[in-house]
Parts: sequence; C-alpha cells; structure tokens
Amino acid sequence: MTALAWLVPAAFILGGLGLAAFLWALRSGQFEDLDGAAYRALEDDPPDDQIEP
Amino acid sequence: MTAQSPAGRLAKEAETARPAGGALLTLAIENMHCGGCLRSVERAALKVPGVKTARASLSAKRVSVVYDEARASAADFIAALKGAGFTAAPIEAEAAGADARQKYLLRCMAVSGFAAMNIMLISIAVWSGEGGDMDPSLALAFRWISALIALPTVAYAGQPFFRSALAALRGRRLNMDVPISLAILLATAMSLYQTMAGSEQVYFDAAVTLLFLLLVGRFLDESLRVRTRSEVQNLLGLQSAIATLIEPDGSHRQIPAHALRPGDHILVATGERVSADGVVLAGTGQVDQSLITGETMPLTVTPGQEIYAGTLNLTKPLSIAVNAADSATLLAEIGRLMLAAEQGRARYRKLADRAAAIYAPAVHGLGLATFLGWLIAGVSWQTALTYAIAVLIITCPCALALAVPAVQIAAASRLFRRRIIVKTSDGLERIAETDTVVFDKTGTLTVGRPALCDDGAISDDVLAAAASLAAASRHPYAKAIVTAAEARIGRVVPAAGIEETPGLGLARNSARGEERLGSAAWCGVESAGEESEVWYRRGSEPPVRFCFVDRLRSDAREVAASLKRQGYRLALLSGDRAAVVERVAHEAGIEDWHAELKPADKIAWLEDRARRGRNTLMVGDGLNDAPALAAAHASMSPSSAADISQRAADFVFQGDTLAPVLDALATGRRARSMALQNFAIAGVYNVICVPLAMAGLVTPLIAAIVMSTSSILVVANASRLAGRGRP
Repeated sequence: MTALAWLVPAAFILGGLGLAAFLWALRSGQFEDLDGAAYRALEDDPPDDQIEP
Repeated sequence: MTAQSPAGRLAKEAETARPAGGALLTLAIENMHCGGCLRSVERAALKVPGVKTARASLSAKRVSVVYDEARASAADFIAALKGAGFTAAPIEAEAAGADARQKYLLRCMAVSGFAAMNIMLISIAVWSGEGGDMDPSLALAFRWISALIALPTVAYAGQPFFRSALAALRGRRLNMDVPISLAILLATAMSLYQTMAGSEQVYFDAAVTLLFLLLVGRFLDESLRVRTRSEVQNLLGLQSAIATLIEPDGSHRQIPAHALRPGDHILVATGERVSADGVVLAGTGQVDQSLITGETMPLTVTPGQEIYAGTLNLTKPLSIAVNAADSATLLAEIGRLMLAAEQGRARYRKLADRAAAIYAPAVHGLGLATFLGWLIAGVSWQTALTYAIAVLIITCPCALALAVPAVQIAAASRLFRRRIIVKTSDGLERIAETDTVVFDKTGTLTVGRPALCDDGAISDDVLAAAASLAAASRHPYAKAIVTAAEARIGRVVPAAGIEETPGLGLARNSARGEERLGSAAWCGVESAGEESEVWYRRGSEPPVRFCFVDRLRSDAREVAASLKRQGYRLALLSGDRAAVVERVAHEAGIEDWHAELKPADKIAWLEDRARRGRNTLMVGDGLNDAPALAAAHASMSPSSAADISQRAADFVFQGDTLAPVLDALATGRRARSMALQNFAIAGVYNVICVPLAMAGLVTPLIAAIVMSTSSILVVANASRLAGRGRP
C-alpha cells in the first residue's frame, strides 16, 4: 500500500507536466500553421524571422 | 478631402496590435500552395525596407509582418509580393477575437481531458475493487483525490456552458446548455456530498468525462466557424483590390479600397475594377457592368455619370469622385433590400436547436419525475437525488451536442477539399431542404466573359492577323480574339509597332497595308446595329466582322440535366434582355426563364415560391443578385462574384464549372441524413437506458460507459462523411 503513496502523486505530476507542455505549446504558437510546419522542418537555411534584415 | 491623411487612415485600418517596435499587418496571399511558396513569400516581405519580422502561414494562406510605420506601408508589402509573383491583400483587423475563443475552448478541452483520464484511472481501480478486497479507507481516499481533480476542472472548463446557460435563462429561454450545466453541477455537488458522507454513489468521473466530450463538440463547432470566417476574409480581402488615390497635389498613391472615403478622387486604369461608387470626373470610355446589372455588353460612360463599385473599366483611364456614403446609390438600395430579405432567413432554426427545444424540457421532466417518484416510494432524499442525477447524466445531450458539429465539420472539410467554402453553419442544413434551384445568367450559368462566335466565317489568315494585333490590348474583346486564335491555330505572336487608341481600336502598318482592329467607325464601315462587334480591316481588303457571345460554363448543360434527373425544379432569373436570356435558357435546357427582372422582382419571385411551400437554392454572382441570395432558402455564389453577393451567400465556390452546385446539394443531403442517424443512435441509447436509470439500476460505472460509447459511435458515424470520395 505504501507504494501508492508515491505512485499516485508521481502519476499526477507526470500527467500535469504533459498538460503544462501542451498549454505552453498552444500559447507559443506551435499550432498556428500545421501545414507550413511540415515544410519548415525541411528548410536548410536558418529561419529568416530571426535574422535582422 | 477629409482632414485625416490617407496614410494615417491606412495605418489605422490595417493595424491589429502594436507589438514592440512596429505595426502589425496581416496580408492574405492568394496563390501560396507549398513550402517553396512559403519561403518566397517570407523572403519577399523581408526585403521591404523597415520590416522587422515576417511569418507566413500555409494553413491560413496569410503572412503577418511587423514593420516600422515610418519607413514602410501596406502598399510596399503588396508591391514586393507582387514582384515575387503573389497576389496579396490586407485583412480587416477583426479576426483576432474569434481565434481567441477557439484557443480558450482548446485549453478547456485539454484541462478536462487530462482530468477525465486521471479520474477514470482512479475510478476503474475503485470499481474493480468494489465489494472485493479493497480497503474501504483506500477507496475513500481515492474518491477524495477524484474530488480534488474534479472540482477545479469543473470550475474552469465548465465555464463556457455555465455562461451560455445563464444567458439563456436571463432571456427566459431554455437551450442545450441548461440541462448540461444542471447535470454537471448537480453531479459534482452530489458526488462531493456523497464523498463526505462516505457513500459509494460518486459521479466525478461521469461529470468530467461529460464535460470533456461536450467540449470536443463545442471546439469542433468553433473551429469550423473560425476556418470559414478566415477563408471568407481572405477571399473578400483579395477581391477588394488596391485603389489609386489622387492626392490634392496631383500625386498618386496606392491604398486599400476599404480605406477610401467619400470625396476622395481615384484613378481607375484600363482593365481595373472600380473600387467604390462614385461619379466620373474625367475620361470617356466603355465599362463592363455585368456584375452589377447582369448585362454582358459594355456601356459607355461620360463625365458626370454615376459609376458603381465592381464595374470593370475597359478602354480608357477614368478619374472618379467617390460618393459611396450617398444613400441614393444603387449599393444603398441593394443594402436595404438585403436587410429586409435577411429577416426571413433569420427565422430559420437549426436542427440542433429544434431538437434541444423538445429535448431540454423532456430531460428536466424525467429527472424531476424520478426524484419525486422515488421520494413518494419512500427512499431517502439523497438516494432519490442520486437516481435523478443518473437520469440527467444518461439523457444529457452529449451525443446530441456532438452529433451535429461532428457531421458539419466532416461535411465542410469534404466541401473545402472540393474548393467550396461553407460560409454559414446552418447553410448545410438549409441546402438539404431545397427543391428548386434558381440560376442567374451572366457569370453564373455563363462564364461572364465574351467569347468569339467562331462559326467558320473568319479565315485562319485573318484570325491570325487580328489576333497578333489584339494581343497588345487588354480589352475583353481583344482577349477573346486571342483565345479563339490560340484554340484554332496555336501560338499567337504579338505584332510590333501597334498603336492603341483607347475607346476605338488598334492600328499598325504592315507590308500589306495599314491594319486596323476596333469599332465600326475605327475601320470606316457601317455598323451592323449590334454593339457586340469588332471589325478588322487590312489595307483595301474588305473589312471582316467579329461578333461575340457570352458562353455557357462548360458543364452547365450537364449540371442542369443532372439536377432535373434528381427531381429539382430549375429556373433562370436574369436582369438581361429577353432574347439573350431565352437563348441561354434554351442552351442550358431550362424551361422556366424570366428576363428583365430588377432585384426587387427577383425577391418577389422567390417569395412567391416560398409561399407555395418551395425551398429555393439561389445561385448568383452579381450585385443585383445579392438581395435574392439573401432572400432564398439557401444560396451559392462563385468566387468571381461581387463581394456583397459573396457576403450574402451560404456557399462560395471556386473554379470554372458549375459542378460544385451538385456537390454542395449532395453533401448537404448526406449531412442531414447523417445528423438524423446520429439523433437516432442517441435516441436508441436513451430509450434503453432512461428506464433503467429511472428504476435506479444504473450505477456510476454504467452511466459513464454508456455516455462515452454513444458519443464515440456518433463521431465515428460522422467521420464516414469526410472519408468518402476523396478527390
């Protein structure tokens, strides 16, 4: 039974981390352009929006 | 000229927010299809001086740029993108709010999904241990853990439903959210009470799973709405092109058409569309008003004459004084007619709402009957309330709230892939009820562009010579000659040394004498009486006459025949002359045609049919069709239509064929039968489970399983629609 005392909180913390990661991804715009992201992964150049023009 | 400068106005219109160090501008990009385009768009935008960042989105077909207002303007970006081969247009700055609600629902869904999974994990342990070897104190501890997860989840993720239910109750109405909120709140409160009392009737899992599944339905519904809205904004943004403003000092400046104000002077170059209603100040020439009046043949305008937005300038540059605010304009009249016509459609009630109106009172009645019945039978109030909650949870319109959005998003995705944009969510329901299809003529049944009536009277030699002259002009008749020549003899080589005299024609000196292509007067011959003609003359050879017609869309005849086979009644309503309409009706195979109709006549015709119990689908593109589009039971317009018509239509289709009408009708009918199937599935579940729940035989376990399986079944059924017939 004592195993549950740390198993249950551990399960919640792991699950909570997943939820937090999703909410962070949503907030940081990872889901803005799902079609475009597929192509960006194949680009060799560094992203243009990080270079000062 | 108004006090504010056009540049200041433009900045205000296009700006959505002011991120640190610049203005934000969002542009719709028409022809961005692949990863390569994505990079080209961003690179082109980043070359504009004063730009800070540029980020393109392939899903939204848009690019967002942050720039320094002092060094660049929206017009600079549009010009830069045009240079790279992309058509771009600024988007009105209202889209941000809709997106925020979609994200909020997604956050609620994520939180409730996380909570539902964890509570379910614990609940399964408790259920399987029940009556077995599980320590009762451990079971109680698990229930408390469930409560700890469920309470904040319900408080946060339940808000979309609670707010909507509250708003409905304040307006003394019942909507679907009232029983939903009641079930969630009662189940949570009762479970908390039972947990404190140490009982086994705990419903946290059911309450949170219910919340999660309902949020999935709500999110699907919202994402369909957001996607539709952004597609429509792109379409309208790209259509309301850039206007050339003439500043008081005489200099020219490009600004978006929607930034124009009454009193502004604009210049409309040859081949451009007039971007606002106004009066011609200078220039005499021919214009194409087919979008406004349905008349294909060009009209001659002179200074002082009124001219409407959407008119295509054919021959000479015109300068125009904008007067769109004048309430006597055609646009204002059309606007008034539309407002009156739309009120009829506002009375339409969605299938889900009609179902909810029957469902909600029934659910409440059954719940109350269960509670009172068990009280009278002599059980404690806690037990009676527990049974009543079981009834509420089982009957909760979970499948119902999921059934319609799931079907609609599947149907809309199917139509999106076929380049048909579903603009209104109830449009799919209304199109399924139609039994009469009404077409407009110009631009709908026909292509809306003149084509050479090539009956063999013109020799290859003359056609080739005329086409090499015509290739230098942007006049629609000239383009028609080039198209016909390309079809008959292949490549057209533009001749050298051509001089164009706007409004009259083209001329050049060749080895075989002077060649002239243009009006009858230009070629020095007597006109044959009709306006739709062009003459060609070479040296002293006899002049040759070219005539033009507005061709039917390539599949118009087949579509009409197919609709007739399916039992639809067809009609053709047009503002054009009777002789032309009769010919087109005959070619398309439509017997019921009406010509020379004003917008109000079209509405009267539709209302007459509505009184006789017919539901009409109106397919039209012109400004003069806009009120009829709003008045009809359902409506479609091609993406080449006037923007006011696209706003009024339920569906907008792209491409040169009429087949989308068949697609939309078939998908609408299928979506409707699918929604009814889903209602039936939900109904069967209720018929079996409600008596059990009322009898007090349903445990929390059964309630949760029944609810989830019926929802999954409904979604699975709906996804059949999207999967079928991939192009």
